[in-house]
Amino acid sequence: MATQVPGVLGSFEHIDAACDAIRELKADGRADITVYSAAPNHELEAAIGDPISKVRLFTLVGGFTGVTAGFSLAIWMARDWPLLVGGKPIAAIPAFVVIGFELTILIGALSTIAAIIILSAMKSLKGRPYHPRYSDDRIGIFVPCGPSEAQDVQQLFERHGSVEVSRDA
Amino acid sequence: MAVIAHDPSRPTQTHAEVTRDVVRTITEAPTRGYYILVGVLAFLTAVLLGTVTMLLKHGLGLAGYAPPIMWSVYITTFVFWVGIGHAGTLISAILFLFRSPWRTAVYRATEAMTVFAVMTAALFPIIHIGRQWIFYWLLPYPNARYLWPNFKSPLLWDVFAISTYLTVSSTFLMVGLVPDIAAVRDHVSGWRKKLYSMLSLGWTGADSQWRHYTRAYLYLAALAAPLVLSVHSVVSWDFAVSIVPGWHGTIFAPYFVAGAIYSGIGMTFTLLIPLRKMLRLEHMITDYHFDNLSKLTLFTGTILFYAYAMEYFVAWYSGSTFEQTTFWRRAFGPNWWAGWSMIICNAFVSQLLWFRKIRVNLTALFVISIFINIGMWFERYVIVVSSLANDYLPNAWGQINPTWADWLILLGSFGWFGLWFTLFYKNFPIVAIQEIKEMIPMPRRKSHGGAH
Repeated sequence: MATQVPGVLGSFEHIDAACDAIRELKADGRADITVYSAAPNHELEAAIGDPISKVRLFTLVGGFTGVTAGFSLAIWMARDWPLLVGGKPIAAIPAFVVIGFELTILIGALSTIAAIIILSAMKSLKGRPYHPRYSDDRIGIFVPCGPSEAQDVQQLFERHGSVEVSRDA
Repeated sequence: MAVIAHDPSRPTQTHAEVTRDVVRTITEAPTRGYYILVGVLAFLTAVLLGTVTMLLKHGLGLAGYAPPIMWSVYITTFVFWVGIGHAGTLISAILFLFRSPWRTAVYRATEAMTVFAVMTAALFPIIHIGRQWIFYWLLPYPNARYLWPNFKSPLLWDVFAISTYLTVSSTFLMVGLVPDIAAVRDHVSGWRKKLYSMLSLGWTGADSQWRHYTRAYLYLAALAAPLVLSVHSVVSWDFAVSIVPGWHGTIFAPYFVAGAIYSGIGMTFTLLIPLRKMLRLEHMITDYHFDNLSKLTLFTGTILFYAYAMEYFVAWYSGSTFEQTTFWRRAFGPNWWAGWSMIICNAFVSQLLWFRKIRVNLTALFVISIFINIGMWFERYVIVVSSLANDYLPNAWGQINPTWADWLILLGSFGWFGLWFTLFYKNFPIVAIQEIKEMIPMPRRKSHGGAH
């Protein structure tokens, strides 16, 4: 078990209360907060205000790699041992569209999966507290902070109607 | 987790109810009926394995191939199972992109159906090739003389299409499952907790995870959507790129894709109607879902109606004797029973779904779904066998009858598919927990002026 990150964890039942709390935390200049929710939510996303994920870059590069690999594989192999069949061109582009297309999808999809794993791992959540109700019906907000700030954060959570606050700082 | 009484007559209204109702399907002890079902399906799987072993030992003579019909029940069944898979991806990916609200309750079941159907389909080309132990020659790598497989062959295209489809649809299913497995993990104990903790890959639903996850899911759906349309198009080109009368048609790709989705929704009905009752999910999978699924069936069934009519019209209008003879013999030749089964079960039975009363009558839908399954298998049998039976030279015409090995392998494939599906629905969330939660608004402290 990783060592516990000191901080304050607040649980919310109401979406608007959680969003208000997040906005105020952000306004106070706290960039490093973790928000748990059972499902993605646009209001939460807007309140957190993170830029759009870089997953798309992985998908795009994967897709281009796939289409290039597909066509070059087929063309290269056809030219490597030229066999004239039915008078058709050695490198028959229309026939290779299927290979190019399938590899675009395959490598595009696999690099998208790699993107979730790599990008999610870039922000370590080790030692941050979690409660099973966050996968059920509650929203959790964790703010890492020292004992001196913990009181302020706890008050902020309570002011916004947090149903449960726990401090480990 | 708050304890809320289960009332199947009331639709699920809160996030806690969604978790409770879906987790219950996993934690409730399996009934005796479930064990009997698993036993029967395991027996059928054993029949499949046993018959395939016989085939390995004695060769394709058992399969009852006879020139000119060297593709028969195995290729028919291959196309049948690939087709079944298509409805799942349509519902999970294409309807996701269209933001169709009714897909959420049914998509996990259909997506699982897709993966298991493609796993079943993928067995058949291997069973069919004769020397099954060197099936890996299909893969794109050079042989001992540095010669690569022929990239101009539709059969190689199919290897690429099916393997991509199996990979992408399995990863799409698994990615969708991760947050749901995490929800199950948080509500179980003992060995289940250990298992689901491992499978949830450390998912906590943190904003840093959702941020990448939601985007990635969107792109995966965007990649899976054209993929599913391409897969059955490529399967259709296995036939259409040849010059066999009855196969050589430009209509084949859309005709096959529509047929695939039609057959897949048929199988969805066959699976979901008993499943929602067994798992007591009547309040989650409702008339609303069956009505919409039926409309999709009607739509694709009508495309099939048109395609069947157009095939006969084109054969007549082409002026080609060979094409005309093939289609004449489809309706009135020795395989007339297969030809008419396909037309009645697909083109005509689907038209019953114009009536709302039938669309929400689950008994009627279940019966119709059986007709769809039978009709779509016969469609592929007609396309594969009856086209090969009438080549250009009448003295080379031939007939075959499927053998006991063919029938047992077909029967066994239902056992193999059913076994995977049955084990899946009792161990994993068969309804997508997080996607349903996404649709149920979270409670608010202040009154909210209008929806987003």
